[in-house]
Amino acid sequence: MTDATGTWPLWEVFVRAKRGLSHVHAGSLRAPDAQMALRNARDLYTRRQEGVSIWVVRSADITASSPDERDSFFDPAADKVYRHPTFYDVPEDVEYL
Amino acid sequence: MSTTGTTGTTARHTAYLLGLGDDALVYAQRLGEWLTRAPQIEEDMALGNIGLDLLGQARALLTRAGEVEGRGRDEDDLAYLRDERDFRNVHLVERPRGDFGQEMARLLWFSSYQHELYAGLLGSGDEVLAGVAGKAIKEVTYHRDHATQWVLRLGDGTEESHRRMQAGLEAVQPYVAELFDDDPVSVWAAETGLGVLPSTLREPATGYVHAVLEQATLTVPEEPRWRSRGGREGIHSEAMGYLLAEMQHLHRSHPGATW
Repeated sequence: MTDATGTWPLWEVFVRAKRGLSHVHAGSLRAPDAQMALRNARDLYTRRQEGVSIWVVRSADITASSPDERDSFFDPAADKVYRHPTFYDVPEDVEYL
Repeated sequence: MSTTGTTGTTARHTAYLLGLGDDALVYAQRLGEWLTRAPQIEEDMALGNIGLDLLGQARALLTRAGEVEGRGRDEDDLAYLRDERDFRNVHLVERPRGDFGQEMARLLWFSSYQHELYAGLLGSGDEVLAGVAGKAIKEVTYHRDHATQWVLRLGDGTEESHRRMQAGLEAVQPYVAELFDDDPVSVWAAETGLGVLPSTLREPATGYVHAVLEQATLTVPEEPRWRSRGGREGIHSEAMGYLLAEMQHLHRSHPGATW
């Protein structure tokens, strides 16, 4: 039930506001297991009708990109304007684009 | 049938609503004590939410009681200006706060009782009461689930958590039977289609609790030699006076104060 520090493990909470939208990260909380994490998330993040669906994920199970890798991860995309559709001129006689 | 006095229709209808409202109000007060004292801040929130659900039920029920009574008393008058002998809650909800296991034992019993109660009240001849029941039953289903989750984890957890959960059940047991006592007002309410007979709730509520205990590897406590009685007639324990003092002193010191 508890981790090495004697406290409950940390969980990340994702809440979907309504049908058709995606789950969005709402915050994190501590809980002894997944079912209790769901219930705590309900109490902490949907008490004002913020959501219709909740996901919880152990924070330890998330692999995150590192700030140290930011340059190699994200900068190369900066000068590749042709990856945006707006880079391309649409010929006038193309009807269904 | 007369409409005044302690046996009139109005008085009994009012008394029935007060019993339901006082159970919710007094337990809301006790659950509020857990804020900053639960094992984790997440549990502070959970118990706070449950307490606020119960407070909402109490407000609706006491407001309705005041309307039925017809003497111009509102929810605040009934919550803050009645004396101990006029409170009709059962002893279970006024017991002083124990450890977390004991609280989960109390919540499991009380929410299981309330779940069956509100299910029965959905068909009440008092339309306002039926409306309150319709909203409350969803809340109470969640309260019961919360208690269930904890009783399962503590009962089927470590040796220490099992021992303390079992001790909590034993501590609460003498106050369980009173929930299902058929006091005269409830009997009258059931006969007139306003309320439900408490003794009819015993089997389904007990069935639920015992199933949870079995799954949690806990033992159903033996019937205690002493059991509480008389809360519905205004007979309370020492703890009730202190609870009311804390709950009522602000309103009595500063009547009509708002923020």
